[in-house]
Amino acid sequence: MQTYIEKIREIAARLLKEETVEMVIGFQEGTIPMISPPMSVRTVEDVEQLTWSSHCCINLANYLTDTKGKVAVFAKGCDCRSIVNHIAEGKVQREDVVIIGVPCHGMMERHTIISLFGEEIEEVVEEDDGTVTVRGKGREEKYQRSDLMRQNCRVCVHRNPVLYDELVGDLVEVPADIRRHEEVEKIEALGTDERWEFFEDLIATCIRCYACRDSCPTCYCPTCFVDEAQPQWVGKGDEEPDVMTFHILRAFHTAGRCTDCGACVSSCPMGIDMRAFTKKLEKDCLDLWDWEAGQTADERPALETFQPSDPEDNFK
Amino acid sequence: MRILQIDKKDWSAGLEQSRKDYTLIGPVKEGNNVSKFRELAADEEPDFSITTTTMSPKSVVFPQSEVMFTFTTDSGSPDCNIMQAPETNYSPRAVIGIRPFDALAMNIVKMNFDTPEYRDPYWCDAYEACTFVGLAVTDPESCDFSTSTGTGPFDRQGLDVLLVDSGDSFLAEVLTDKGEAWMNSAGFDREADTDAEKVITAMRADAEKKIASTVKFANIDKKETLDLYNEEYWESISFPCLNCGTCTYACPTCWCFDIQDETAHKKGRRMKNWDSCMFPNFTIHTTGHNPRDTKLMRVRQRFMHKLKYHQSKYGKGIMCVGCGRCVTSCPVNIDIREVCRQMNS
Repeated sequence: MQTYIEKIREIAARLLKEETVEMVIGFQEGTIPMISPPMSVRTVEDVEQLTWSSHCCINLANYLTDTKGKVAVFAKGCDCRSIVNHIAEGKVQREDVVIIGVPCHGMMERHTIISLFGEEIEEVVEEDDGTVTVRGKGREEKYQRSDLMRQNCRVCVHRNPVLYDELVGDLVEVPADIRRHEEVEKIEALGTDERWEFFEDLIATCIRCYACRDSCPTCYCPTCFVDEAQPQWVGKGDEEPDVMTFHILRAFHTAGRCTDCGACVSSCPMGIDMRAFTKKLEKDCLDLWDWEAGQTADERPALETFQPSDPEDNFK
Repeated sequence: MRILQIDKKDWSAGLEQSRKDYTLIGPVKEGNNVSKFRELAADEEPDFSITTTTMSPKSVVFPQSEVMFTFTTDSGSPDCNIMQAPETNYSPRAVIGIRPFDALAMNIVKMNFDTPEYRDPYWCDAYEACTFVGLAVTDPESCDFSTSTGTGPFDRQGLDVLLVDSGDSFLAEVLTDKGEAWMNSAGFDREADTDAEKVITAMRADAEKKIASTVKFANIDKKETLDLYNEEYWESISFPCLNCGTCTYACPTCWCFDIQDETAHKKGRRMKNWDSCMFPNFTIHTTGHNPRDTKLMRVRQRFMHKLKYHQSKYGKGIMCVGCGRCVTSCPVNIDIREVCRQMNS
């Protein structure tokens, strides 16, 4: 981790000093445990505030669409694929962004750590031996880092950046035995009613704060369908049909574009795993059209195009 | 003020007994490590192991979604387009285990919904139905900065009863007639020992000492509004903001709402839903013009309202009770304590 941080600061300082970019987007230390918030740095002096941790869960591609001028961004495998998606969709111009790839060892899941520890956490320290020490008031526990990883990171097969100008470290190895759609298969195996119940339970605590949508790089519509007033597609209240409509439609809007970065889950104040919606769509895109989001900027996302080889009869 | 003593072994029976006169509401755990206040089921008790619920108890009197009126658009009906009052239930409800900072938040929100010019019947009727049986915070969370916001772990403001967990029993300060009525209904009537007040005072001092997190805001009141408004730091403060509504929805003092008509098959209802100043839609005009069309403007508005405008308008401190919910729930760690420090410096 320390070598990453040093390299991150070194690259950021150089790019700003040489005026290659006007701004660097990275992560800073949080004021509470288990969070590293995004920040922008415009001067060499401020570069020391940049950091890296296992809590860099936000997808920084989300911050590129509002920027002006040339910017540099630190990008994990998934962030990088979201940037590629932005380039493919014309939201970001390749020449306007310096991508600094961060080969990713996976991020940790705050809600998992809170569940395991069971009381307020005051400090989380990663040790060099792959363990994590969690401290609360007068209590300390040690966990294996692998047990605290976010689910999307556990099943990630794209840990290395796909498109980059610089790297902060050596590319990482991706285990060969990852069952990437294990969770989806479990849901697929349920009967129709059970499946509906599963999703009802999943969103039961949703407060419609829209943190999932707002942390999602693919959710960049100028006016989201839930915010449309004419016509009004969906009620604004907290009743289940409206909440469910929001989640299902949002998921479909990300089909073929979602990179399973997990920012939605990490951002959710209620700890809802809305990847249960999007992961199925990722699997379908892979099964039906051999398509994975953000692997190339030269092709349109699966649901924006069609080919004679598509499985559906109506396209033939 | 009387101090009564409730043995914990009698607690459940007392709660149960009070159900004949009150609907009970309390903190419960739900879903994935989240907690909130809601009506307790028949066999359910308030979970006192939770110090700060994920969602504040403001929903007890200010639900996220509430029907204001019902109506029909059927031109054949004599009631066509006439607003009808919805069915409501404002029978007594006891909010058991509300924490002092959240009780103060109720008082703050009341300043908005119950004014000399206008009384919001939905909020006020629900509020008046409530008896607030508070629970002192003996083990404050690390983001609790309530001692610097005009409240504290044992504060009595806004409460009808303050319970103090003293081991095998609760010491109960009975603060109002409403509190007296609930205690009677629950059958709690044993006077505490004469040293109870001393015990509570000592525990209070101990709990207050545990709160290490503080804010200062006196300078903010003195500064010119436009000077604060034009500060450069809004750029860096707002940069990470996602413009989600988490902070405003988790906040016990955020009171903004939106009014929506929902109509289907000639039947309709007018809804009052929570709204958030973080959302672009919050300020958009019918012309399409949005006076707060950047996230910087929206983030600045939230903090200026809480830390500057509220002080200027009411002269009663800031619109924040120091519960720490926005600090712990913000997906990008925008920390009101840090913003307050910058504004005050």
